Amino acid sequence: MTKAAQSIKPHRATTGSWYEFATRHRASIVAVVILIFPLVMPFTALAVNILIYGLYALGFNLVFGYLGLLSFGHAALFGTGAYLCGIAIVHFGWPWYAAIAAGVAGGLLMALLIGVLAIRTRGIYFAMVTMALSQCVYYLFYQAVDLTGGENGLRGINVRTIDLFGLRIDFINPMIRYYVIAAFVIAAFFVMSRILASPFGAVIEAVRENEMRARASGYDVTLTRLLTFVLSGGFCGLAGALQALHLSIVPIEILHYETSGLVVMIALLGGMGTFFGPMIGAAVFLVLENIVSVWTVHWQLIVGAIFIACVLFFPAGIWGTLIARGRR
Amino acid sequence: MSAVAGQAGEIILRTSGVGKTFGKFVALNNISAEFSRGAITSIIGPNGAGKSTYFNLLCGAFPPTKGSVEFEGKDVTGLPQHRFAHMGIAKSFQITSVFPQLTTCENIRVGLQALVSRYDIWRPRARLTELVERADELLALVGLWDSRERAAKTLAHGEQRALEIGMALASQPRLLLLDEPTAGMSPEETRTMMDLIVKLAKERTVILVEHKMKLVLGISDRILVLHHGELLAEGTPQEVRQNEAVKRVYLGQREH
Repeated sequence: MTKAAQSIKPHRATTGSWYEFATRHRASIVAVVILIFPLVMPFTALAVNILIYGLYALGFNLVFGYLGLLSFGHAALFGTGAYLCGIAIVHFGWPWYAAIAAGVAGGLLMALLIGVLAIRTRGIYFAMVTMALSQCVYYLFYQAVDLTGGENGLRGINVRTIDLFGLRIDFINPMIRYYVIAAFVIAAFFVMSRILASPFGAVIEAVRENEMRARASGYDVTLTRLLTFVLSGGFCGLAGALQALHLSIVPIEILHYETSGLVVMIALLGGMGTFFGPMIGAAVFLVLENIVSVWTVHWQLIVGAIFIACVLFFPAGIWGTLIARGRR
Repeated sequence: MSAVAGQAGEIILRTSGVGKTFGKFVALNNISAEFSRGAITSIIGPNGAGKSTYFNLLCGAFPPTKGSVEFEGKDVTGLPQHRFAHMGIAKSFQITSVFPQLTTCENIRVGLQALVSRYDIWRPRARLTELVERADELLALVGLWDSRERAAKTLAHGEQRALEIGMALASQPRLLLLDEPTAGMSPEETRTMMDLIVKLAKERTVILVEHKMKLVLGISDRILVLHHGELLAEGTPQEVRQNEAVKRVYLGQREH
């Protein structure tokens, strides 16, 4: 078929706009931005927070934006990652890299557990079941005082130096700490980009677009959903582990449903189902929070109003709106 | 008439005493029928006859309440829907069902990918170039090559139906099930679709559900008539046309 032979090239480069460029090099662009980011931030701790919440939202967005399921229990995945990383260091004296691996594994495993129970429900029921299960996780960690410190949180996650192939890196220095965490976040963005560009990435979107059609085409919709949820758990677990290292403490509030709600807001603000949306959402939200809370104690009122305005006037989120403009 | 109708005799699909009840409502009662390989078989009947229910049992959208469905000698009763595509049964929906935000080409490419790669999260899918080539061939076959880059939701109704046929063909079915493929189409679109169905039937078995009897008389090898959930008549178009019971049912309402 001659037509088929001609078609392979124009298939990708039809518009050739900045958007096409951004899509093709999306992970590299994130990497560059992350590397120069702390230089333009008022203080490094805020930059680290944005990185971690951006990663958390990136994992959440895989389920919310790409798979089309609203989970209200992602705090359980984020929090389990943080606790497992912290417990590995405090109680078992594991080295930092093994503790991070424990956090990722915790996120994956918790996602599998919650996923198996919740994945057959849809819409509001999925949101409710995930929220209820994440509350169960909250109480589980709350009660296990010996391991988690209960109400007081898990304290004493002191990682002063990081040994890397004989190199001793000072983890107390905020700038160095930022770049160590950034390395993990950038790697996660590359992995996410890879997943979205994979055959499975196409299946995820197909399931979101039309469940019945996907099933008729021969895809196991339930298994696809479960796998996506578990993958999301891995990213959120990593974000949690990095948060534990960054804060040196895991507060019990990390498992609170507010943490679940926060990531929904971040993803909506940045643009659900977009690659850059979660990071942009995290940056805008946390910077806003910082600026407004210096100015008034009622910062939640102002940030909430801005959030409502965004949802009303830019339902596609900041990045989603930019994409729509750019395509025109 | 389809070219391979002569090989008929081999049974590709068989239902034995299938029935379906929804609560207390009996949608379908004790239907036993056999479908020959290579033929076009049409299932017709007035509204509420149970056509769509029967269709859904054949394609595995839901299991029968009783009885069994056998495909190529294997019992497929109650298997999950996604397994049917892998066995060689594909369907199009009565209400147009595509992936609206994806491009026309991607719609078909995703359909093709189901046979090749479902859980690979690492290799870039751009490397599966043979899928894009094959998708282009299918797009040309169903007459949508020019719309390959457009989002499926922007296609006209008739084009979306054609796209759906293309997606069904993507799973390389030996049995193609079509649920009212011309529903809501203009007379011109209907003619194009009928021509396409005849063309497709040359290489595979087709089972068609249709409300309009006139439409299928000319192209079918065999016709089943359902009425009130029962099998009213069965035979060649000639036999069905002359059947007294069928005449009564179809005269009782407006001819479409």
